[in-house]
Amino acid sequence: MSPAQVFRFALAGLAANKLRSALTTLGILIGVGSVILLVAVGNGSSQSVQNAISSLGVNAITVLHTGGAVGGSGPTSSTTAFAEPQNLTTADGQALAQAQGVASVSPAVSTSVTLTYGASSDTASLTGTYPSYFPAEDDTLSAGSSFTAQEVNTAQDVVVLGSEAASDLFGTANPVGKSVLVTGVPFTVVGVLATKGASGLTSADNTAVAPLTTVQDALTGFGTLNDIVVLAKSAAVVGTVEGEITSILDRRHHETAADADFEVLNASTLLSTASSTAHTFTVLLGAVAAISLLVGGIGITNIMLVTVTERTREIGIRKAIGATPGVILAQFLTEATLLSMIGGALGVLAGIIGTRFTIVGVKPVTVPLSIPLAFGVSALIGLFFGGFPANRAAGMRPADALRYE
Amino acid sequence: MTRPLPRYAAGPPPEAEPPQAQPQPVIRLTSVVKTYGTGEAAVQALRGVTLDVVARDYVAIMGASGSGKSTMMNIIGCLDVPSEGQFLIDGIDTSSLDEQQLAVVRNRKIGFVFQAFNLIPRMTALANVELPLSYAGLRAAERRRRAEAALYLVGLAERMHAQPKQLSGGQQQRVAVARALVTAPSLVLADEPTGNLDTRASHDLMDVFDRLNAAGRTIVLITHEADVAAHAKRVIGVQDGRIVADRRVIEPGALPPLFGQPVHRSVRP
Repeated sequence: MSPAQVFRFALAGLAANKLRSALTTLGILIGVGSVILLVAVGNGSSQSVQNAISSLGVNAITVLHTGGAVGGSGPTSSTTAFAEPQNLTTADGQALAQAQGVASVSPAVSTSVTLTYGASSDTASLTGTYPSYFPAEDDTLSAGSSFTAQEVNTAQDVVVLGSEAASDLFGTANPVGKSVLVTGVPFTVVGVLATKGASGLTSADNTAVAPLTTVQDALTGFGTLNDIVVLAKSAAVVGTVEGEITSILDRRHHETAADADFEVLNASTLLSTASSTAHTFTVLLGAVAAISLLVGGIGITNIMLVTVTERTREIGIRKAIGATPGVILAQFLTEATLLSMIGGALGVLAGIIGTRFTIVGVKPVTVPLSIPLAFGVSALIGLFFGGFPANRAAGMRPADALRYE
Repeated sequence: MTRPLPRYAAGPPPEAEPPQAQPQPVIRLTSVVKTYGTGEAAVQALRGVTLDVVARDYVAIMGASGSGKSTMMNIIGCLDVPSEGQFLIDGIDTSSLDEQQLAVVRNRKIGFVFQAFNLIPRMTALANVELPLSYAGLRAAERRRRAEAALYLVGLAERMHAQPKQLSGGQQQRVAVARALVTAPSLVLADEPTGNLDTRASHDLMDVFDRLNAAGRTIVLITHEADVAAHAKRVIGVQDGRIVADRRVIEPGALPPLFGQPVHRSVRP
């Protein structure tokens, strides 16, 4: 009995119940397709986060305020022995500017605002800061100009719009010189930022930047800053500058590392945090997909058991006219493996087609290894999950099988 | 599985086989006992059956249901092995064979014809007849040549591409006979072959069996119909797991008793 002949019998067996074969194949198709697609989505989101973070500029160090009341006048009482969390202030910023190796310091507050121009409005994130913020964040302007330090000192109502915020409000018209309402306060648009692209699930372009003093005056009040962006003179001194920032702020806030009310981050630490998060995300997505592949495999066992029972008499006939247990085993194993491999091949195709679309804002990036892996696992699933029913068929006693109605 | 028996290599069509006497009987049962179940629940289906069937013989085994004739058919067909005693087919003792070897013996030595036809659905008549040759490992061209010859022999050459459901019961049973013949087996074993057929189809089928036996095939029929048993050269009665009658009608070398009888011809249209 040649392998080609076994293969032909298996094909005929599958063709005998096309709907059932197609549905079983669908189970594997979905499993393999989702492994490839979900791993690609995880990978794609990890890459876009990494791109966004590296676009921050490697020399930038961000001091984040943690703990304490943001925007309030500071804590009023404390029963703990720890130093009370203090506000991050412009005075802290001035102190940091004295440190060695610092090129610029940009204190910043941020808040969510509604931008309105005529009938169109848009919710965006507004940052109040100094002009040095733009080079520190690697922002460039596509139209108009930045505001000046003079405008910050005199608290002028000027704003620079992110590219997405600008197009949402003005369409293709030039916004420079127009007046927009920022949560009801009129601001004059002086410039538009160049597009930066998505960072993870949020857009880095749906933003607005205005002078720190103006934003504090009109919107956030004079509480704590949200962060201070410190630009080091070169990548080589980033580590030293980070150490200095920590010791200056610890001294100013009378704190130790244990109860610090601030956090110092740079692009590389953000990057490693983000990529480990993204890795976990990818593994989780892959695991969910692997479970669906397993369920598809159990579907194969189920349907092959039904097939074997249904064809008991046929198995009896084949055995009576000389089919050995090995040949029967081979036929049913081949049927199961064919089901899973056809499903696997279609799943690879579906997965690859799926990765061409943007899914929940993420452009999937295929992990090449996931394709042979998912396909190989699907073939093994056919062998493994088809083995039990095939063995049952091969072990049937011909006299009993022939009597089966 | 690709090693054909020498008789395939010689490849004579069934009719051309020389009528030589074989040194041993085709089948030999010696004190065969078959017990189902164990202990208290044990049932003896065969209680010591001894029987030889020689080449070219045409034997009808008769008995009521529950007489043990189906068990006998399973043992003679190598679908089951005796609990006690010995069963030889062409001198091969089946008790020492495993399931794999029994399958090979069934393939090479026995051609089955069942009451329910037992063709495989969704396979053409030709593919059904080729099936035993596939399991024997023959090449496609040789399989086809032999299967066509066998279908010609049972008068169904023109329906070879029909599926079982497109054939009448009588035609399906003749396809089954062709499938039983195609490996040129030592023994054609038919279990109630006319049980599902009307009178005319039954006569046609028995006519086919008569011609096969006249051409040298050894045939064992299991039946409870006297009309069918009347075609045989030897009639054996089975009751309660024992042989109770053994009547020789005509010598194994002679033509079957009802061969070419006008009674049967007259029934045909």
